[in-house]
Amino acid sequence: MQYESVIGLEVHLQLNTDSKLFCGCSTTFGAAPNHQTCPVCLGLPGVLPVLNHRAFEWGIKAALAFDCRLAQVMKFDRKQYFYPDLPKNYQISQYDQPLAQHGHLDITIEGASRRIRITRIHMEEDAGKLLHDPQAPWSYVDFNRTGIPLLEIVSEPDLRSPDEASAYLLELKAVLEYLDVSTCDMENGSLRCDTNISLRKRGEALGVKVEIKNLNSFKAVKAALVYEIARQAKRLDAGERIAQETRLWNAKAEQTETMRSKEAASDYRYFPEPDLVPFTIQPRLREAVAAQLPPLPAQRRVRLMDAYGLSAYDAQVLTQHRRLAELFEGAIAQGAKPKPLANWIMGELLAYLNARGQEPSGVTLRPEWLVHLLEAIDAGTISGKMAKELFVESLERQVDPAQVIRENNLRQIVDHGQLDRLAEEVIAGFQKSVEDYRKGKANALMFLVGKCMERSNGKANPTQMADVLKRKLNQGKEAVT
Amino acid sequence: MAIVSTQDVRQVALLARLALHDDELKKLAAQLDEILEYVRQLQAVSTDGVEPTSHVLPLADVTRPDQRLPSLPPEEALTLAPARHGHLVKVPKVID
Amino acid sequence: MDRLCTRTIHELRSLMDQGACEPRALLQELLEQVERLNPTLHAYVTVDAGRLMRQLEQRLRQGPRGKLFGIPITVKDNLCVQGEETTCASRILRHFRPPYTASAIERLTQEGAIIVPRANMDEFAFGSSTESSAYGVTRNPWDLERVPGGSSGGSACAVAADAAIAALGTDTGGSIRQPAAFCGVVGLKPTYGRVSRYGLIAFASSLDVIGPITKDVRDCALLLSVIAGHDPKDSTCAPVEVPDYVAALQRPVKGLRFGVPKEYLIEEGIAPDVKAALEASCGALERLGMRRVSVSLPHTSYAVAAYYVVATAEASSNLARYDGVQYGARAATDGGSLLDMYQRTRADGFGTEAKRRIILGTYVLSRGYYDAYYLKGLKVRTLIKRDFDEALASCDVLICPTSPTAAFRIGEKLDNPLQMYLSDIFTISANLAGIPALSMPCGFTAKGLPIGMQLLAGPFREEVLLQVASAYEQATEWHRRKPEIRSCSTSR
Repeated sequence: MQYESVIGLEVHLQLNTDSKLFCGCSTTFGAAPNHQTCPVCLGLPGVLPVLNHRAFEWGIKAALAFDCRLAQVMKFDRKQYFYPDLPKNYQISQYDQPLAQHGHLDITIEGASRRIRITRIHMEEDAGKLLHDPQAPWSYVDFNRTGIPLLEIVSEPDLRSPDEASAYLLELKAVLEYLDVSTCDMENGSLRCDTNISLRKRGEALGVKVEIKNLNSFKAVKAALVYEIARQAKRLDAGERIAQETRLWNAKAEQTETMRSKEAASDYRYFPEPDLVPFTIQPRLREAVAAQLPPLPAQRRVRLMDAYGLSAYDAQVLTQHRRLAELFEGAIAQGAKPKPLANWIMGELLAYLNARGQEPSGVTLRPEWLVHLLEAIDAGTISGKMAKELFVESLERQVDPAQVIRENNLRQIVDHGQLDRLAEEVIAGFQKSVEDYRKGKANALMFLVGKCMERSNGKANPTQMADVLKRKLNQGKEAVT
Repeated sequence: MAIVSTQDVRQVALLARLALHDDELKKLAAQLDEILEYVRQLQAVSTDGVEPTSHVLPLADVTRPDQRLPSLPPEEALTLAPARHGHLVKVPKVID
Repeated sequence: MDRLCTRTIHELRSLMDQGACEPRALLQELLEQVERLNPTLHAYVTVDAGRLMRQLEQRLRQGPRGKLFGIPITVKDNLCVQGEETTCASRILRHFRPPYTASAIERLTQEGAIIVPRANMDEFAFGSSTESSAYGVTRNPWDLERVPGGSSGGSACAVAADAAIAALGTDTGGSIRQPAAFCGVVGLKPTYGRVSRYGLIAFASSLDVIGPITKDVRDCALLLSVIAGHDPKDSTCAPVEVPDYVAALQRPVKGLRFGVPKEYLIEEGIAPDVKAALEASCGALERLGMRRVSVSLPHTSYAVAAYYVVATAEASSNLARYDGVQYGARAATDGGSLLDMYQRTRADGFGTEAKRRIILGTYVLSRGYYDAYYLKGLKVRTLIKRDFDEALASCDVLICPTSPTAAFRIGEKLDNPLQMYLSDIFTISANLAGIPALSMPCGFTAKGLPIGMQLLAGPFREEVLLQVASAYEQATEWHRRKPEIRSCSTSR
């Protein structure tokens, strides 16, 4: 039986701040366990939270980018449950008056645009990290993450396939990266994702919803959804019921599993956080934040296509990361030609990054370096092959390709007199090959070109060299005849 | 009829992570019942259109700048812990 | 000459200025008094004389020589002092030494005070009698068979018995005022947000306030002027300027209006001698040139119900953190599960009243009951606040008893929590409305127990409370009476 899948996503995003949401502890990733904690984030008795203004601003910025309606009055609530990584045994979160609601994000799927509604965006503090010892009956807690500022972005169940879910996540991540409110790095947990999915026959009422947690990569989200669709379809086909539950993705076994603890027994008992006052989003604050909004991926995509004639695909790739788009437009502004530039970024640069497992957001390449490189190719100063090697060297050493060209004297021989002399020397030195060429053996010319390249230390352009040789050889033939 | 049963108190005690003996449960249920019976008089008050008061002062928008302050030295934070393992706090195994 | 420990702060200040009082002698005399009386009264959980002497020596060497230089100020066991055991009189926080100091205490220190920790209290401030302390019952210095009130019973008892010069207490539903009334001293609950709560171990965050308990009104004004003011560490602490409370004491009260809420006088259960003392006090205020007006607080009878919903809900949440994971006591559950550890730690660590309030608070917030109890409580709170706004529009202060009775007997209400809660009927509304309220002695019962009069004013109008209280105090002699404390034969 064919089912339609109905998917919603909850994304937790770490906001880029120096200090935690309610205290002055550092948010730097990777510190030794329990080295970035204080009485406030440890929930010691008597101390009180005070909201980080930058986190508040970053939240507003994201809400504006997703075209949300900002709250008139935002408040925090306590979400209560006992867990060892939650020092107060409640999480300061937002319940019925979140930061923002009713936004959307447009995604492109199979060439068509789809609008995915965003239900709400709220702020909350992160919990600590639990480590388990498989050999002992103990778990261990590191509270460094406790109190890290998070933004939770909840979508409506508007997604209809694992591919749509992936497209949504990619676009969401692109937007957030443009906003510079988060590093969006799944590796260190600054972007996390839960999903919910139900199946139904097309046109029928919604089926029973299953939540899936523990998804720590986009790949995992897609794999878990694919798995879950198959699992639910099989049950439905067999006439079985789907249990409403929370399941965990087991990346090793590549399957979703029922949580052993009884989530169903939870009752979060939300109530207004008395230690924090309400927050109004004054027009002045809203405008100040709105003024910081950069052009977003969708806008940039249109510009790339309209102004520079790029294809939809190229525009998509180049706008996926803010850094790439900036690199592209930066180089254009300094005179680079759009198409070769786009090819160079999408080809050589991305290949370089992929090979090293680096994120485009971390690229430190300057736009003028690309301009210099493309100019040198255009002017015939360097060959395409030389350019590729040169580019890698320039990235490795973090220097301008123009400087690498100067240092290594990497110039093609463009002086015709010099090329003529090279050809004459080789013709004189390899008479056997000259004869072969004249007998019509095409390989002989390649051999002679090779010899010329050797003698020039690779600085001759092989195409040009072949032309000069042919001219000389044909002149010689005429002279003999 | 009682507002609160012993079973209700058992359920709430689990939410609140309190181990209670049966006699404690029974006694608490009876006392809670009396208190809630008293509290029920609130239902007689008309509160249509009345906003709830979570904060008595008209304070709003209190934030602090995004500034780092020194954390507690880990030794100081960890000496408070009843059980530890190096720099980590040790608890009975957590099962998801 | 009177012993130094019987004096007020302002008397000691002038003695010191005259060179007639030396801080070492003062602390020595105070410690002797504590040593003599604490076994009987149990006003303090513990007093560490050695540490106090060291603190004094450091203060003498390094200052600061501020308004409270060399004056010992007693603090309740729910106010954090860095490195000092602070337990809220609970087993669950036994041996807990916070790595920080409450902002209010920091302010005392900045004026040169000597901080004397650990006045006894009801566990987590849950109670009106100081009987729920895990470290023993405090006795009323006027009658050792009676309670000192609560929850700041230790603070009030110590001040009344000259085992403290002055003290800080905390007030969530009357916990400063009711023990002040029962012990015959002055207690002030400031406006919510007037004093920083940073370092006050929370009972109910939207109701808790720190305030002074003193021998007279002048000391009360003096201490408030030190502890009041904005604190960036507490989001709910108001950035409102601190007036000169001591200067306010001099202002004439002639022409000021006082309102006596009619609901407070018809309330069942007011003892006749309390009612008579209050009437006499109203007469005294009129003789001072104040005008009596009639006011109404129509939602008064719902205050206790609304309070117990709101306060226990917040308390259940604030106390969730005591779980044995990261600090405080952890129950030994050999090889037990995490759930066992939580449940045993909390069952062993909390006393009966704490458990009762945790259960009640959890219940009113739980699924299906939130709207009927908690939300309803918050709405009734709005109505109670409005009552005060309206009543205080037609007068400067409200006058009523602090408590319907004088101090009750130890054990009398222990098995009847509702009766215990109802004894807070006159004090609770001020917390729900967030307004300042002061209790001061206004008479004695036939048995010689002190009776407290409560004065209430609008938000941040502590000045007018102190002004009226000071005028009344100067016109009466109640505050001069001291208890005669019998020997320690009855101590347990």
